[in-house]
Amino acid sequence: MRATCWTGRNSVEVQNVPDPKILNERDAIVRITSTAICGSDLHLYDGYIPTMKRGDVLGHEFMGEVVELAPGVESLNVGDRVVVPFPIACGRCNACVNGLFSVCEDSNPNAAMAEKLLGRSPAGIYGYSHMMGGYAGGQAEYARVPFADVGPIKIESDLPDETVLFLSDIFPTGYMGADLCDIQPGDVIAVWGCGPVGLFAIASAYLLGAERVIAIDRFPYRLRKAREELQAETLDYEQVDVREALDELTAGRGPDACIDAVGMESHHDLLPLHAYDRIKQAARLETDRAHPLRQAIMSCRNGGIISVIGAYGGFIDKFPMGAVMNRSLTIKSGQCHVQRYLRPLLQRIENGEIDPSFVVSHHLPLDEAPRGYEMFKHKEDDCVKVVLKP
Amino acid sequence: METRDDALTTFLGWFSLGLGVPQVVAPGRVCRAVGVRDDDTSRFWMRLVGVRELAAAAGILGQRRPAPWLWARVAGDAMDLTLLAAALVTKRERAARIVGAMGSVAGITVADVVDAIRLGRQPETGDETVRSRFAVTVRRDPEEVYGFWHDLENLPRFMKHLESVQVTGDRRSHWSAHAPVARTVEWDAEIVEDRPGERIAWRSVDPADVRNSGSVRFSPAPGERGTEVRLDMEYTVPGGTLGLTVAKLLGEAPEQQARDDLQRFKQVMEAGVIARSEATPEGMASRRLLRQRPAQPPPEPVGAGAGSHDGSSS
Repeated sequence: MRATCWTGRNSVEVQNVPDPKILNERDAIVRITSTAICGSDLHLYDGYIPTMKRGDVLGHEFMGEVVELAPGVESLNVGDRVVVPFPIACGRCNACVNGLFSVCEDSNPNAAMAEKLLGRSPAGIYGYSHMMGGYAGGQAEYARVPFADVGPIKIESDLPDETVLFLSDIFPTGYMGADLCDIQPGDVIAVWGCGPVGLFAIASAYLLGAERVIAIDRFPYRLRKAREELQAETLDYEQVDVREALDELTAGRGPDACIDAVGMESHHDLLPLHAYDRIKQAARLETDRAHPLRQAIMSCRNGGIISVIGAYGGFIDKFPMGAVMNRSLTIKSGQCHVQRYLRPLLQRIENGEIDPSFVVSHHLPLDEAPRGYEMFKHKEDDCVKVVLKP
Repeated sequence: METRDDALTTFLGWFSLGLGVPQVVAPGRVCRAVGVRDDDTSRFWMRLVGVRELAAAAGILGQRRPAPWLWARVAGDAMDLTLLAAALVTKRERAARIVGAMGSVAGITVADVVDAIRLGRQPETGDETVRSRFAVTVRRDPEEVYGFWHDLENLPRFMKHLESVQVTGDRRSHWSAHAPVARTVEWDAEIVEDRPGERIAWRSVDPADVRNSGSVRFSPAPGERGTEVRLDMEYTVPGGTLGLTVAKLLGEAPEQQARDDLQRFKQVMEAGVIARSEATPEGMASRRLLRQRPAQPPPEPVGAGAGSHDGSSS
C-alpha cells in the first residue's frame, strides 16, 4: 500500500510499504477514506519528538471502512464506516475504566522508552514515535486498529468525511481544552493559538457556555477565521501587548481560564526572547518552547484555570511556578481522552450544533502529503488544515 | 567479584581521570610541564594519551571488573615511557623535566602492575546470579489473578522466554525456555509455597540447565483498583560473567525480565491480549527496545511462533 513515511527531519515520503496485518484478536483493518495532517505531526516533521525512525508511517487522524476483523471484535462488522480515535486504549485497565483513555496502561509495548523521558508511560498513539508504541499511522491506504471493539466510532448517517473526520483528534482535543476550563456563566476564556485545535477550543468554549472567548495568534487569516466564523474577539500578539489587551478586555480581572493550544514549538513576538528559547531548544537545554504557556499563566485571573492541550514533549524552563502557587492557579492538561468525547460530540454534529469541516483549507491526494506538510508548516496559501485522500 | 571499596584501584581510576582531563583540555600546558616542546605533533599525542586515560578511568571506576582496565593502564604506561623517551631525543625542551616525568610514570607502573596482578588472583565466580523484581497493579480480583498464575501452563502466555510448562505432578512441573544464542534450556520445578489468593513460590529441582527460583505475591489494591502483584525471580546465568555479558550483547536484559513478564501479564489479564505494534510486533520486551523495527507493517506474518501464545489470530 501507499503510506506517508517519516524519512528524517523536515522530510516525509509517500512510499510503498506492506499492507497491515491483524496481530491480535481485538484488531481490525480499516481501508482509509480520509486522513489529515495534525499540528502535532509537525513536531515529528520538525524533529522535536525523540524516538522516531526512518520509515515510520505517520498519521493519527483517520477514518474509513472496516475491511477485516479479528474474532475478538464483536461490536463492528466488515463494511462499517468508522472514525478512529488517536489514542490506542484497551478499555479495561484502571485508566480506561476511569475515562483516562490517553493514559491506557496496556497499549504501549514500548512503555519503558516513554518512562525514561516522561516518568511513566502514556497510551500508544498511531504514527507518533516509538516511545508512544511504534504503531504504524493512518496517512496511508490501510491501517491496523488495535482494540477495535473500544476505539472506533461507527458513523451511521451519511455525513461527509470532512464533517466527522476530526472526531479522531482535533475536535475532541479542542473540546477537552474547553471542558477542562470548568466554564461557569459569565466566564471569559482566552485561547492561545488559532490553529485547528485552537479553533475547536474556541468553538467548544462557546458550546460550553463561555460569555466571551478571546483568541490570540499572529496570522491574520487564522485570526480572521476565529473572528468571522466563530465570533471570537481576536488579538494579534505582534500588534498588541497581550497582557495589557487582556487586562483591558476583562477590566483588570484577567481571563477566567486560559487555553494553551500552541505547544512546544511556540513563537515569541519579542525576537530576543524567541531566540533565547529557540537556541536552548536547538542545544537541547530545554526541549520545548513555552512562551504562550508562560503568558497564559501570567495573564490568568487569580484562582483561574490553565488548560494545556498544545503538545509538549519534554522539558521547559523559566516556568512561572510562583504565579501558579501564589495566585491559586490550577493547571490541567492531557492528550485528549478521545474515546470519552466521541459519542457526545458526534451527537452535537448530528444535531447541527457544529460542522467541524470549517477548519479544512486544503484537500490533497495522499501522494501529495509531502507538499501538505510543507504548506502546513510554513502556513503557505492560508493553510489551516490539510485533508489527504488515499 | 571486586567491589568499589578497593582503595588502590579507586585511586588509580581517579588518577587516570585527573591526568586525562588536562591532557585533553590543555595538552600544550601539559607538554610544557613535562618539558616537551609544545607543537602540533606533541599536542596530538598528548590528547591521544588523555583520551586513553579517560577511557581507563571510565573502565576502572565504572565497571564491575576493573582488572582488564588495569592491564590496559600498564600497557599505557609502557606507551608513555616510549613516547617520553622519543621526546627526550627529538623534542627536548627541559631534559630534566622529561626524565622526572619518566620516573613518575615508572613509579605508577609499579602500582598498576601490583594492583592488576592482585585483582587477577581473586577467584572468579563460576556462575552469575541475577535477581529480577517488579510490581504491577492489575484490575482484577486477587483470586482471579492467583488462579490464572496458579495454572502454570498459562505462564508461557506472558513469560516471553518460556516455551512451555507442563504440570507433571502434584507440585511438580517441567519447564522449557529459550536461552540466548538460540538454544533451549529445560528443568523441572517444584512449588514450594502455595497460599491461595496470596502467594506462589517455586524453584528448580537439580539437575537443572538453569537453576532458578521465583515467587509472586498477590494483595488487594486499595479502593477498587484490583490486585497488587509482586514478582521476584532469581536465576543463575550459565557461563558466569561471560554468559551475562554475551546475553547483554544480544540485547537480553536479564534483570529486566520480571518487568517484561509482569507487564505482559497485566496486559493478558486486563486487555486479554498483549499489545503489539508494528515496531514491536512480539509485544513488550526490553530486548526490542534497542532494536526497533520501523513503525510500518512487517513484510512477513509476525506473531505466529512464540507470539501466538496469547491467542492472537495470526
